[in-house]
Amino acid sequence: MRSHHDMGGLEAGPVEATEHDYAPWEKRVDALMMLLSARGHLKVDELRRNVEALGPDAYDRMSYYERWISSITATLIQRGVLTSDEIGRRMTEIEAQHAAESAS
Amino acid sequence: MSDAVPARFVPGDRVTVRRSCPPGHLRTPFYARGASGVIERLCGAFANPEELAFNRPGLPAQPLYRVRFRQADLWDDYQGPERDTIEIEIYQHWLEAAP
Repeated sequence: MRSHHDMGGLEAGPVEATEHDYAPWEKRVDALMMLLSARGHLKVDELRRNVEALGPDAYDRMSYYERWISSITATLIQRGVLTSDEIGRRMTEIEAQHAAESAS
Repeated sequence: MSDAVPARFVPGDRVTVRRSCPPGHLRTPFYARGASGVIERLCGAFANPEELAFNRPGLPAQPLYRVRFRQADLWDDYQGPERDTIEIEIYQHWLEAAP
């Protein structure tokens, strides 16, 4: 069976060839990928595998760098660099910090 | 790369892409599986990305070829000129000698 991401030859509509700026968080994801790769924490093929492992709904819904950060996270858990618990706790901290900043 | 699988094909050889859908990260496009084409060149030998994708060494390295296909052989409803071709880089373990 064809994997969802393997779309060569399917109808996809017109290509939108417009320049666009990257959001600061997208640049950070790119930098994170380059650093992790340079330091041997992840291979580009692992990044691809975990992007391709996204369910079709998630794959279509996520933007390019959302797929990347999701895949980087999965790879670092698989590699044992980070644990799910560490990531979960840190996400909660950041959410709380963000909520506090928005409220003030 | 010294630790490489020997190359089985030379330019001009007719090959068929294996029809296979294993799980993991595959570089062989779905639309080319089962199709036949001609070896255009040997690109070199590279660690197998299907293994690298699971953080394994991917050695011995697999020969990588550029394979030329007729567009009309890939798409049933192809409307373009008969002479149109596409070249796809495919690892040796996906290729078999075409009958």
